[in-house]
Amino acid sequence: MERAGSQFSPRMDSRIQIWGMVHAAIVPIASVVVALVVGAAIIALSGANPLVAYSALFEGGLGSGRAFSRTLEKATPLIFGGLAVSLAFKCGLFNIGAQGQLLMGAVSAAFIGFSLQGLPSALHIPLALLVGALLGAVWAAIAGTLKAFTGAHEVITTIMLNFVAFNLTDWLADGPWKDRTPGNIVARTPAVAPEARLPDIVGVPLGIILAVLAAIAVWWLIWRTTIGFELRTVGQNASAAKYAGISVRRMTVLAMVASGFLAGLGGAVETLGVVGRFQPGFNVGLGFNAITIALLARTNPIAVIPASLLIGVMQAGASRMQFNSGVASEIIDVILALILFFVAADGIIRRVLRLRAEEGERVTLSSGRGS
Amino acid sequence: MRITGSIARPAAARIPWLTIGVWGALAILVLIAYMRAPQATTAVLTSTIRQSTPIILGALAGIMCERSGVINIGIEGMMLISAFLGFLFNVWTGDLFLATLGALLVGAAVGAFHALMSITLKVDQIIAGTVINILAIGTTGYFYQQGLTTRGKLTPVSIPFLADIPIIGPVFFSNPPITYASLILIVVVHVLLFRTAWGLRTRAVGEHPAAADTVGIAVNRVRYINVIIGGMLAGLAGAFLTLESVGSFERNMTNGRGFVSLAVMIFGKWTPFGAWGGSLLFGFANALQSQIQFLKNQLPSWLAWIGDLPPQFIGMLPYVLTIAVLAGFVGRARPPAAIGKVYEKE
Repeated sequence: MERAGSQFSPRMDSRIQIWGMVHAAIVPIASVVVALVVGAAIIALSGANPLVAYSALFEGGLGSGRAFSRTLEKATPLIFGGLAVSLAFKCGLFNIGAQGQLLMGAVSAAFIGFSLQGLPSALHIPLALLVGALLGAVWAAIAGTLKAFTGAHEVITTIMLNFVAFNLTDWLADGPWKDRTPGNIVARTPAVAPEARLPDIVGVPLGIILAVLAAIAVWWLIWRTTIGFELRTVGQNASAAKYAGISVRRMTVLAMVASGFLAGLGGAVETLGVVGRFQPGFNVGLGFNAITIALLARTNPIAVIPASLLIGVMQAGASRMQFNSGVASEIIDVILALILFFVAADGIIRRVLRLRAEEGERVTLSSGRGS
Repeated sequence: MRITGSIARPAAARIPWLTIGVWGALAILVLIAYMRAPQATTAVLTSTIRQSTPIILGALAGIMCERSGVINIGIEGMMLISAFLGFLFNVWTGDLFLATLGALLVGAAVGAFHALMSITLKVDQIIAGTVINILAIGTTGYFYQQGLTTRGKLTPVSIPFLADIPIIGPVFFSNPPITYASLILIVVVHVLLFRTAWGLRTRAVGEHPAAADTVGIAVNRVRYINVIIGGMLAGLAGAFLTLESVGSFERNMTNGRGFVSLAVMIFGKWTPFGAWGGSLLFGFANALQSQIQFLKNQLPSWLAWIGDLPPQFIGMLPYVLTIAVLAGFVGRARPPAAIGKVYEKE
């Protein structure tokens, strides 16, 4: 992990820098390739032609301008989610709750979006985004605070909070915040005001711009600030951090808050930029995909962007693949799970490629369980 | 070093007053409820036992794994895959016994996969479990076809005479097979862990693998076997869902039960009976949720507001309860010392 970031150090020789980046990317890229090959075998076993399926998949994600903008649309919340999980990983925390934080962000951004009318965009958009991000932060802070002060493991609490968020947002969209326009029977909020919708900046959606800026901001936070240093120290060795005078509790809460802020912002951006309202079933599965992305990017915030784009391509092309080759779009989930497996069990890939494991590259979380 | 447990003083001298008090109070509450509304009380209690079945089985799976020092976050996924394949076996063979056996074997296989990742490949154990969970959702979603039908599901078997006792009879002695099995397995796992040589080895490996190694215990072998047994227990929980409770498969039908199991395991401080208490609590929350429609009209006036709550709030109950339990309202729990760490010989 240390290596992956230090390659951005300006003092470093640029040739070493590039070699470092290439080297760090070998295992993730090989994992994706192997996962695609295994996925092809599964497709072939279920009686379809994997080549037809994959070419339709990538055509649907990259084949045209419209396809690519769909990919960007899908990749935007993935970047936020991937950043959220990566940031928590840096502090040794496993945030499986990106899903719930995203939902809280989405529903509250939708509320600000539809309940306030007539505000100028320059005020309405930042307000809705901020409220969404803050609600996501609050949701994650519950898990962070419980971890810091009672030791309740964040893996279980964040998952439980996901289920609570599912129920809560469901109720909001079907109860107090329901769209009451005549003829509507489904659970959904009213559409957000046109002033609150995210515009395109010179043809590029504002959402993806914000996502890239967020990635840079997280990189800067982790590698260029004192807080980031303390965060990483806690993540690498909590007791050493304690002896160095860093408050592990404070860092735990802070990392979860920042992580939830990012996930909530992702939900707000998708609501204001793409969907235009909140509806139950919003971006199901993002929480798990975010974990895959974070590990694929080896928790490097900048690498989260290409990892998200890759998965965005698959998600954007899935319906085209189903249409052209008859392969169910759920194969994407299988391939993503395989990617996660090969990235996590990188020993397999390393053995095949005869690569040596590097010092401090593994993500370890299993310390301090339950107590 | 502090001496605790049976060395410090004989086990028999300890009387668990708290446990007796809690259970006594519960028994009195049940009796009062039974006198006021016999049918509703029996329905809720029966439902409590059945709803707690997958949770206690999952918790026993967690106990087997974690007592040997392997964290298993993947119980949810193990349940889901076994539920799915158990259902398919039932569709293909039409034999519920074979299907249950199949689900057990699938659970064992997924357990072996978890052991392979977290012991041999040295993947971080929490990530290994997450891999299983995500793989389970992906593969069951991909291979699931709608419209598969089966011939029935496991049905309750009444034990003669015992089933006729009021309250206790219908609640404990008129259950379907997997529910009986779960009640028996609580005792089996307890005896296995605390009264056999295997259990002693398991706990030694989970607390101090290096010491266990020096006395000749094959640490990783013990861990492998325990994780596989854990997988089988999770597989049985999956079989319960498709072969006994629902009768068919639905996408993502485990619905967080695997994670609730882990919370229950911590609640019970890694002991089978403690976990059973916890799972009954969750079974009760779920039973209320599923019975609330029928209970609405029977609630006394001062409880009528419960019937008017939005269903989503009642749906949150088990999950909020889990968070409350984990937050240590039951006191701090100490996990096995070597948990989550790969054992490597010096």
